[in-house]
Amino acid sequence: MQTLTQKFTRHGVWALIALGGAGALATIALHRGETVNALWVVVAALSVYLIAYRYYSLFIANKVVSLDASRTTPAMRHNDGLDYVPTNKYVLFGHHFAAIAGAGPLVGPVLAAQMGYLPGMLWILAGVVFAGAVQDFLVLFISTRRDGRSLGDLIKSELGPIPGVIALFGTFMIMVIILAVLALIVVKALADSPWGTFTVAATIPLALFMGIYSRYIRPGRVGEVSVIGIVFLLASIVLGGQVAQSAEWAPLFTFDGKQLTWMLIGYGFVASVLPVWLLLAPRDYLSTFLKIGAILALAIGIVLIAPDLKMPAVTRFVDGSGPVWAGSLFPFLFITIACGAVSGFHALISSGTTPKLLENESHARFIGYGAMLVESFVAIMALVAASIIEPGVYFAMNSPLAVLGPTAESAAQVISQWGFVVTPDMLLQTARDVGETTIISRAGGAPTLAVGMAQIFSHMIGGKAMMGFWYHFAILFEALFILTAVDAGTRAGRFMLQDLLGSFVPSLKRTDSWISNGLATGLCVAAWGYFLYQGVVDPLGGINTLWPLFGISNQMLASVALILGTVVLFKMKRERFAWVTLLPTAWLLACTMTAGWQKVFHENPKIGFLAHAGKYQAALDKGDLLAPAKSLAQMQRVVFNDYLDAGLCVFFMFVVISVLAFGIRACLAARRSSQPTTREAGATLARA
Amino acid sequence: MLKEIAHLGQSVGSYLGQTARLMVGVPNYNTYVAHQRREHPDQPVMAYEAFFRERQEARYGGNGRVGRCC
Repeated sequence: MQTLTQKFTRHGVWALIALGGAGALATIALHRGETVNALWVVVAALSVYLIAYRYYSLFIANKVVSLDASRTTPAMRHNDGLDYVPTNKYVLFGHHFAAIAGAGPLVGPVLAAQMGYLPGMLWILAGVVFAGAVQDFLVLFISTRRDGRSLGDLIKSELGPIPGVIALFGTFMIMVIILAVLALIVVKALADSPWGTFTVAATIPLALFMGIYSRYIRPGRVGEVSVIGIVFLLASIVLGGQVAQSAEWAPLFTFDGKQLTWMLIGYGFVASVLPVWLLLAPRDYLSTFLKIGAILALAIGIVLIAPDLKMPAVTRFVDGSGPVWAGSLFPFLFITIACGAVSGFHALISSGTTPKLLENESHARFIGYGAMLVESFVAIMALVAASIIEPGVYFAMNSPLAVLGPTAESAAQVISQWGFVVTPDMLLQTARDVGETTIISRAGGAPTLAVGMAQIFSHMIGGKAMMGFWYHFAILFEALFILTAVDAGTRAGRFMLQDLLGSFVPSLKRTDSWISNGLATGLCVAAWGYFLYQGVVDPLGGINTLWPLFGISNQMLASVALILGTVVLFKMKRERFAWVTLLPTAWLLACTMTAGWQKVFHENPKIGFLAHAGKYQAALDKGDLLAPAKSLAQMQRVVFNDYLDAGLCVFFMFVVISVLAFGIRACLAARRSSQPTTREAGATLARA
Repeated sequence: MLKEIAHLGQSVGSYLGQTARLMVGVPNYNTYVAHQRREHPDQPVMAYEAFFRERQEARYGGNGRVGRCC
């Protein structure tokens, strides 16, 4: 009897949480046609996370991989006080979360909101519980048991050297696409926005000052210099508002997309060859702390303000005719929201610094699975922020200019035809509220999120007068960590490239040579710069082309990581639990292969690269010009770019299929053996 | 009672500080010093400034490691 009561009390509270979550979901599902409060979404999400953490992650920890609290971790074996340090569970959680949270979970859900908030929300929740958090947790576990080795190394040792090299090439290309798409988001947010451009530009001298301060004036005072930096940062937002209103100064900071592209490319090159302490490190302090602060403020804001969701639960664009991005719900929703549901990039982080800092193997559940749940919550908040905006304004901000036409009148007319009520005045007023001249066709997610965040923050502090400040605060916070990612990514890409090319031309491997460094950096910047430029001049807005490529590549990396997880489960002789990784792998493969196939071969030129190329080629053959190309040379470039994008898609599909084949081979080999075939480091300590 | 609350506040603050520093790649300096004294008494211990620079170089200096997500 005793045990039954205990059991009941133990699970009773969780049953209540489950009921609460089910109630919230039911409220959302049944309120069709009426507005739903955002708090229901928050309650539903939190209940799902708590239940998943309490039951599913515990099942994985105990039954599937059997985390062993008495086993030595890399941090214990190699403790050097520097790279390998046994670290407090909660401190490490913060470190890991800061490393995995970026622009991805903020942008994807905003773009996905064109289908309504419900499909995106359901995918974020299901994706994180069964795929994203499982991947992060398992890779952290696998790497911890193998001395904290990196994903590339793990694939090499568990699957073989050939899939290792293939995965390395794949990772480099993913890096290029990510940098291009991130830079594109910045360009879209800053184009023709003197306020935004000024504040982002002001971070460069500010970071240089912080760099010198923390190097020579007060060495190593991270907290102090960050506080100084953030104060100046906020001041620069205020000053930016003055600049934007000044007839003299505003033109100096007003640039179009192409100009900003060239500036970013130049910046990327210079920033990534400067010493790290001068620009990269101090800006990383700013972006990291601002990011954590903004995420916390957003969470507090949504709970305090409890806004209504104005976006319908499901819009008519689930059929694939949406203006923000083309393609039907399956498979494109599932690649549009990558980070927040499942992100392959996290596999690189989970096999990076975190496993070297783990104090106890049993913490891998809290840090690996738990941190990803929090990241997923960030995605839910981004979805909420995009859904509290008037849908008409949302579509005006995110649709391509080619569809909307140049003026507020034409945009309002087009959007009203889609069934979303909006007047030209509403569009102009929103722009005025946030201190911009126009908000039309500011694709890329960041400006939309910024409008949503500005609505929430200005309700808390400052009212309507502060909306411009909060809008540019949100833009700045996103631009800051995107620039940090561009800089750090270019450096990482340069080393990857030197490593890869070094196999053919050994002299390129020399990282102490200025020529080889400059060459590799230049190649890396040229690679992402090319895709960025192509995105900026794209008539459909660039995001339409680059975001699916990014989503496909990121989800494919996730499949690769989950295949690795499956192979390890087979080698541990735990194949009866392999469905834990096989299920999400199968789903991701179905989504990415379908999406990849459609991006290449779909007959609709808005979706398929080859169909798009065919359309332009046909016009070219007749000597016709298709907008926005203004010359035959530009037409030829459009065709070339389509083939390039199609080729890239095929390459990503090749990467994942070959890793899958090698994975199956490794699983079959492990099955044949009657013994576990894992080679793990770190024996179990003698039990006291 | 007040003393205990102050003590609790202090240790929470210290953990928050540690978390913030580790977020930007600087582990706890005292832990490093203690480790060095205990395990390698014969070797020199880096001063905080040198430790900070070493960590900065390790986090951002490259070697192809990806330190953060998109």
